[in-house]
Amino acid sequence: MNAMLDVEGLEQRFHLNPGLLDRLSFEGGRPRLKDLVVHAVNGVSFSIAKGEVLALVGESGCGKSTVAKTIARIYDPSSGRIRIEGEDITDYDHAKLLPVRAKMQMIFQDPFASLNPRQKVRDIVAEPLLQQVGDGARAEVADKTEALLARVGLNAEHGGRYPHQFSGGQRQRIGIARALSVNPGLIIADEPVSALDVSIQAQILNLMMDLRDEFGLAYLFISHDLSVVHHIADRIGVMYLGFMVETAPRDQLFARPRHPYTRALLSAAPSIRPSRMTEEIELTGEVPSALSLPTGCCFRTRCPFAWDRCAVERPVLQDIGDGQSAACHLIDEPERDNQ
Amino acid sequence: MMQAFLASQFFFNWRRNLSAIIGSVIIAIFIVIVAFGPLMVAQDPYDLTQLNLLDSYKPPAWLPGGDPRYLLGTDGQGRDVLASIIYGTRVSAMIGIAAMLCSCLIGTSLGLLAGFYGGRLDAIIMRIADLQLSFPSMLIALFLMSAVGTGVDKVLIALTAVGWVVYARTVRGSTLGEIEKEYVQAARVAGLTNAKIIRRHVLPNVLTPLIVIATVQVGTFILIEASLSFLGVGVPITQPSLGLLIKNGFDVLFSGLWWTSVFPGLMIMAMVFGINLFGDFLRDELNPRLK
Amino acid sequence: MTMQSESRDPLLSVRDLRTWFHTFSGVVKAVNDVSFDLAQGEIMGLVGESGGGKSVVGFSILGLIDPPGRIEGGQILLDGEDLAKASEDRLRKIRGREIAMIFQDPMTSLNPVHTIGRQMDEMLRLHTDMDEAARRKRCIEMLESVGISQAEDRLRAYPHQFSGGMRQRVVIAIAMLAHPRLIIADEPTTALDVTIQSQILKLMKRQVADHGASMILVTHDLAVVSEVVDKITVLYCGQVVERGDVRDVISAPSHPYTRGLIDSIPNPDHRQPRLSQIPGTVPDIRNLPKGCNFRDRCPRAQALCAQEEPKLSPTRQSLFAACHFPIGTGGDA
Repeated sequence: MNAMLDVEGLEQRFHLNPGLLDRLSFEGGRPRLKDLVVHAVNGVSFSIAKGEVLALVGESGCGKSTVAKTIARIYDPSSGRIRIEGEDITDYDHAKLLPVRAKMQMIFQDPFASLNPRQKVRDIVAEPLLQQVGDGARAEVADKTEALLARVGLNAEHGGRYPHQFSGGQRQRIGIARALSVNPGLIIADEPVSALDVSIQAQILNLMMDLRDEFGLAYLFISHDLSVVHHIADRIGVMYLGFMVETAPRDQLFARPRHPYTRALLSAAPSIRPSRMTEEIELTGEVPSALSLPTGCCFRTRCPFAWDRCAVERPVLQDIGDGQSAACHLIDEPERDNQ
Repeated sequence: MMQAFLASQFFFNWRRNLSAIIGSVIIAIFIVIVAFGPLMVAQDPYDLTQLNLLDSYKPPAWLPGGDPRYLLGTDGQGRDVLASIIYGTRVSAMIGIAAMLCSCLIGTSLGLLAGFYGGRLDAIIMRIADLQLSFPSMLIALFLMSAVGTGVDKVLIALTAVGWVVYARTVRGSTLGEIEKEYVQAARVAGLTNAKIIRRHVLPNVLTPLIVIATVQVGTFILIEASLSFLGVGVPITQPSLGLLIKNGFDVLFSGLWWTSVFPGLMIMAMVFGINLFGDFLRDELNPRLK
Repeated sequence: MTMQSESRDPLLSVRDLRTWFHTFSGVVKAVNDVSFDLAQGEIMGLVGESGGGKSVVGFSILGLIDPPGRIEGGQILLDGEDLAKASEDRLRKIRGREIAMIFQDPMTSLNPVHTIGRQMDEMLRLHTDMDEAARRKRCIEMLESVGISQAEDRLRAYPHQFSGGMRQRVVIAIAMLAHPRLIIADEPTTALDVTIQSQILKLMKRQVADHGASMILVTHDLAVVSEVVDKITVLYCGQVVERGDVRDVISAPSHPYTRGLIDSIPNPDHRQPRLSQIPGTVPDIRNLPKGCNFRDRCPRAQALCAQEEPKLSPTRQSLFAACHFPIGTGGDA
């Protein structure tokens, strides 16, 4: 059986287009035009089974949202392969992508920017489905829209209103109904609760979990919040500077994180239940620029364990058993882990 | 509908803004003049059979020698100045509005294309716009008019050529902002074609700032048209606008026959003043950053 | 209203503060009868969800409420002086010198066209009578104390040359320059990543302790609060619903709203298939229900809650709650 989503060696580069003078540099006295390239995603591979929830976590600029939007083909990938149920969609054009859109939908972060302020709620929800079935089936689409609104906790009367008449949590429900309209097997959720108040956040997370059980949905769940991720994910991938540095089943990642960055992330997360982490890795400094990646390991500039090997050789993700993999030289030389 | 408007914040603020009220009243008066003007005066100034040369150069009615039939006096052909002004106002206002609509249509379309597709298309459109902005609009209009000749349609072409740039630039800027928004990305994920995305998601969200520009531009166009006509390259003598009336009266202005050009001048001033007052109010109301 | 008995004289004492906004669609009672005390050296968390009025409290103390907002009543006593009645001139002197502020977005408090050094120097010139050399020395010391290396060179840098975390360090350095006695920090780490957030929180806590200052930390994030503050005041619909020492509030709150907030946070130690959630949404603050504002969402609401507005009164330990049926005092667990 094919995986719902299979991503292999995904890379995403953005060419910045500043003025000529900004790009001008002198090498050995000769003027050269340098190309400014943001290395947003650098060879990320993972797959999601049907009905599975994979969370990508990391700090801002780690490329997790870019991965999501590249898979949803909002951006075209620079290289790598994307397969949906075994079908390679990497090079599909608009027309060929349309049937794929029925298998894969997206929920966005900002409940205020993700709904067109000039569209009525029922038109927003119906939009993906109308592209699939055509304008001829408006009557069936209207029935389905009403049912969807009811399923996410809104009513038919809400369908005639505009987005600004709703609170953040209700707007996110509308966004979820829109994604569900085509009965997708995969929903890409880009920070779906990070803009919401904590009590509303719980409502939306519960709704997403219920829908998963009801429709057998797989989620690619993007978040920076470890407590949210722990609640919703089956497996977790940790990203840093466009690289996947560790993947593991949820409980294993929280119980036994292997990559120093994962460990730092876990110990930095504030908690109202302070018993959780005893190990404390405090990071110094800041994330390097994605315009010029460090040589060797992407994390070595902030890693408390880094040694000379890390500057020369880039570690690759290696299997360390029980479904856990990490990209770190410490796995080969565990004696250097002196914490 | 009416009730909703009366209860809206827009109406609430309008009632508390004296210059907005004055502007609206002036505009309302001009709308009545444009719509029903010919019914309000006895004479059709361009029907030669109704003119009487014996009545030429009568001063306004309240001055010695004035004739109560001609409230604002008459010109050299015995035309009622008030009637000429009312007919001229129609021509001026129609040209201003029509040229605004043409500019808006062309400018908005080009701005949408430039902003949405970017790249070479964007570069070409915006460089033309930049080039155009580096010349005074009056100069461009004058140049075009002397090249294509006079006439109401030619004036429209000249004004549109001058006026589209401001829409294109504004729309391009807002479009660049809109296409970054998540609802446009959501439309892509929904599988909409670019044409549908532009029509349904981008266009409705870039229109609001254009309302202000369009309002003020009608005033500007009325002034430019008046200048062109005053310089003799505007509308033909058979369809005189306010600008042409001023020019006709200007020749005899210093012979003490001031009324033939001063009253049309006051009319232009009042019209543009009203439009600008109302435009300023709209600018404050519709600009989300000032809220 | 019941007063909390304080052993020390409070540095800041807010009494029945009311800040209302007179908008087109009605009067927004953003802050309505809010009272609390803050002792010297204490850190208080002001917690609530969006629309709770927590930021407005901070702005009211600083005298930064603009029309259509107005302080309608109450006192803001800083060492006995009522800031609610102080002149704009006096407030300008107090801001920066007595009370410093740290906002969510450091770019709003830093001027993008001046160097960091110039902005720090200006602060000292305004509020102290140091000479130029002394001021420069103090600026460098201050930058170093917030963990910025090569401080001398960094004085010549512009805000945009710093990353978000570094900018927030600079803002903290500027805030601490004039030895303020009270710091109001409004969501200071919300825009930052977790690893940077924990650095900044530790830094703020240390700076406040080193200077013997007090701090009000305005935030929506209970987790952040629980790691930094001494006591918590929880706001809902512009009113204090619960206050008390941080450990008591977090471990066993007595107001159902506080309970709901805490339970909404996923707990990695006891993962449950469903999160407990507060049903419904915050009521329209222009049109609050009679009685308790929280009753429509409250699992414990009874008939009394619809009739009578609950008053803030002591419940258990250090806790005060505005609830007719506080948790842990009635018949249930």
